[in-house]
Amino acid sequence: MSSAQNAHKSFLQAPGTGLASWIFSTDHKRIGILYLCSVLSFFLVGVSLGLAIRLELFAPGETIVSAQTYNSLFTLHGVIMIFLFIIPGIPAIFGNILLPLQLGAADVAFPRLNLLSWWLYMSGAALAIASLFGGSGPPDTGWTFYVPFSAVTTTNVSLAAMAAFILGFSSILTGLNFLTTTHRLRAPGMSWSKIPLFVWSLYATAWVQVLATPILGITLILVLLERLLGLGLFDPAKGGDPILFQHLFWIYSHPAVYIMILPGMGVISEIIPVFTRKHIFGYKAIVVSSLAIAFAGSLVWGHHMFASGMSDTAVFVFSLLTFIVAIPSAIKVFNWVATMYKGSVSLAPPMLFALSFVFLFSVGGLTGLVLGAAGPDIHVHDTHFVVGHFHYTMFGGTGFALFAALHYWLPKIFGRIYNFKIATLAWGILFTGFNILYTSMMILGMRGMPRRYYDYLPEFTFGNQVATAGSWLLGAGVLLMFANLLHGCLRGARVGNNPWAAGTLEWTTSSPPPVENFLEQPLVERGPYELGGVQIS
Amino acid sequence: MHKDYTGAKMGMWLFLFSELLLFGGLFILYAVSLNRHGAAFAAAGQELDWMLGTLNTLVLLTSSLTAALAVSAIQQGKAQMALRCLWATIGFALGFLVVKYVEWGTKIHHGLYPGGAELAGREAGQMSFFNLYYVTTGLHGLHVIIGGLVLGWVIIKVRQGKVHGGDFVLLENSVLYWHLVDLIWIFIFPLYYLVL
Amino acid sequence: MSEQNHFVIGYGTFVRVWCALLALTVLTVGASRIDLGAFNVWLALFIASAKSSLVLLFFMHLKYEKPLFAWMFLSALSILAIFLGFTFFDVLYR
Repeated sequence: MSSAQNAHKSFLQAPGTGLASWIFSTDHKRIGILYLCSVLSFFLVGVSLGLAIRLELFAPGETIVSAQTYNSLFTLHGVIMIFLFIIPGIPAIFGNILLPLQLGAADVAFPRLNLLSWWLYMSGAALAIASLFGGSGPPDTGWTFYVPFSAVTTTNVSLAAMAAFILGFSSILTGLNFLTTTHRLRAPGMSWSKIPLFVWSLYATAWVQVLATPILGITLILVLLERLLGLGLFDPAKGGDPILFQHLFWIYSHPAVYIMILPGMGVISEIIPVFTRKHIFGYKAIVVSSLAIAFAGSLVWGHHMFASGMSDTAVFVFSLLTFIVAIPSAIKVFNWVATMYKGSVSLAPPMLFALSFVFLFSVGGLTGLVLGAAGPDIHVHDTHFVVGHFHYTMFGGTGFALFAALHYWLPKIFGRIYNFKIATLAWGILFTGFNILYTSMMILGMRGMPRRYYDYLPEFTFGNQVATAGSWLLGAGVLLMFANLLHGCLRGARVGNNPWAAGTLEWTTSSPPPVENFLEQPLVERGPYELGGVQIS
Repeated sequence: MHKDYTGAKMGMWLFLFSELLLFGGLFILYAVSLNRHGAAFAAAGQELDWMLGTLNTLVLLTSSLTAALAVSAIQQGKAQMALRCLWATIGFALGFLVVKYVEWGTKIHHGLYPGGAELAGREAGQMSFFNLYYVTTGLHGLHVIIGGLVLGWVIIKVRQGKVHGGDFVLLENSVLYWHLVDLIWIFIFPLYYLVL
Repeated sequence: MSEQNHFVIGYGTFVRVWCALLALTVLTVGASRIDLGAFNVWLALFIASAKSSLVLLFFMHLKYEKPLFAWMFLSALSILAIFLGFTFFDVLYR
């Protein structure tokens, strides 16, 4: 509750400016910024690990690290990128800051629980980083922790499993907070058919967070118990089955990719109408497809297991359902493109990243169909084709959507704008590097190069060297982009309430917003994409 | 700032769903194992004491009754009655834990536990049964302890007057958690103790 | 302020529900002593579901809450059922 002297002050200044006023804040905007700093820091750690992997793969045989270290590199790269960057990323940063603003609310439903979520995130992150050091060395199982290896390896798997468990708990609490906020705290006049599509995407995501993450929770507990007590739940000699581990693991981890992508799609649905000056095409279709993706995405986990030894019936069922889940995603792509038809397109940085998303995610999605078809999957399973596929969807998709969100919303959060030319240049470098890196990977995979091996046949050398060069361009682009954004947030020219002439409620309040979000309770009379008459202010 | 009573309850229900799915994973493993090792499960199940299991079931069901009564009492402003019901609930929780301790103690004494000599000599299906039994009842027991502690904390709040007839969502939500603990046992009981 | 003026469920209702729960417990224990083969498990699950429904609807007030809460619960339950059921596409046909 802001006191009289804090009223109307920017949330960056009030109620205090010391460290304690930030790390113990229950203001959703401050918590979002705490996530911004921590998530992006861990992203850079993950990028470094990725660059190290690419250095090792520059030449066949041992190049810079041993095979054991290589196993740990890709394990931690995966754990950090997935659990510390992509899954929390957009919801924790932009969901926290924007959800109440877009709903016209003063905060989320449970502000203190929100703070707890961030502390849990940091605790889990600390354990994950700690698993890199000491003990018998960092985990070497791959981020997927498959038994029996994860049960017997002496590396710091238990620490990493505990980290992931705590991070999962953080995710569940964020999900239930967002669900309750959306149901209960909408401004007067904001019916379900007027809420922004970003909010709908967070809503669909939150259901998956609440319902799927606990299965990961129990799976991690069981891995810990296997390691500590040697139970044998996944050991055939003791009546268990290793494929059951895979079922439990993927029952969460497949829906997890929808936790990753849905908010990203929500960001794109916000940006495209604004930079096309048109109402979004097919609002209802996008809403229904978001919910459909969340639901159908919970039915397809077996497509990670075609080569595992599960029954042919299961292979058939999961393959069929995988094709079906592609449909709602495709519907969104059609809607975004249709929105742009006969629109007045401006290629400002948010739009550049948004359009890249559409292209890159589509490539990822199409390559997903190759993987979803059981026959071809047998040939590309566990090759670099898979690695290329998921980097196109997770990095080209969610990663780029996060970059788009940064370029779109940082001016609102900090009240300052970055340099467009440098942003565009950074985008160009990063986009080029990205495609060189991951297209090379997919070609290598198709030609038979396995994943998670530090060595490869000599015939794959050229492709790997091209890929590594791509990774350097990508890294350079990412660094330039962050440097430009950081400079913009701290020293950029000031902007007003609505630099993009957008129609959602966050643009009606000041940049940065005041502590209480709105000086007067907003009354919603028009839809979020009715841009007629909306001007830059 | 008005307290949103419905919102607070909604948040609690959503949390309960996550607990449902957490235990759900263990029930999935049970179902697969039962399907594959039916006879072994029946044989192993006979070694569990169905009378103690039934007793614990009655104990938890009654604890749910007293917990529910506590909510009705506080709604009517009857803080003393609410406190008595809450104390009774905690009492039942302790009773449950004592019985569980006796059950586990006997089994462990006979080497019938993960890593124990007796279990190591059993067939695969029986090993699976007991592994799942210990993990499931262990996790459930942990939730009984947590639930009991939470209810204890609510008792403090009632005595401080912070939870009362005009504002009792804390009590209601804690009791919801307690009922979940009961719900899970309602399924554990027949699946482990009545497989005969 | 006080939307909590909500249904106060009488003690009597709760006691009657509790009696039903005890009766169902006796029933499930009795039924387990009769050998019905594979049907035993299904019968036990059915009775357990009946007991849970009583706890959910009455003790947990689900009968008296907004319908939204019941819909949410059914969604969660359905997802669990799907997770379980689809796993059996593998397990049953290996």
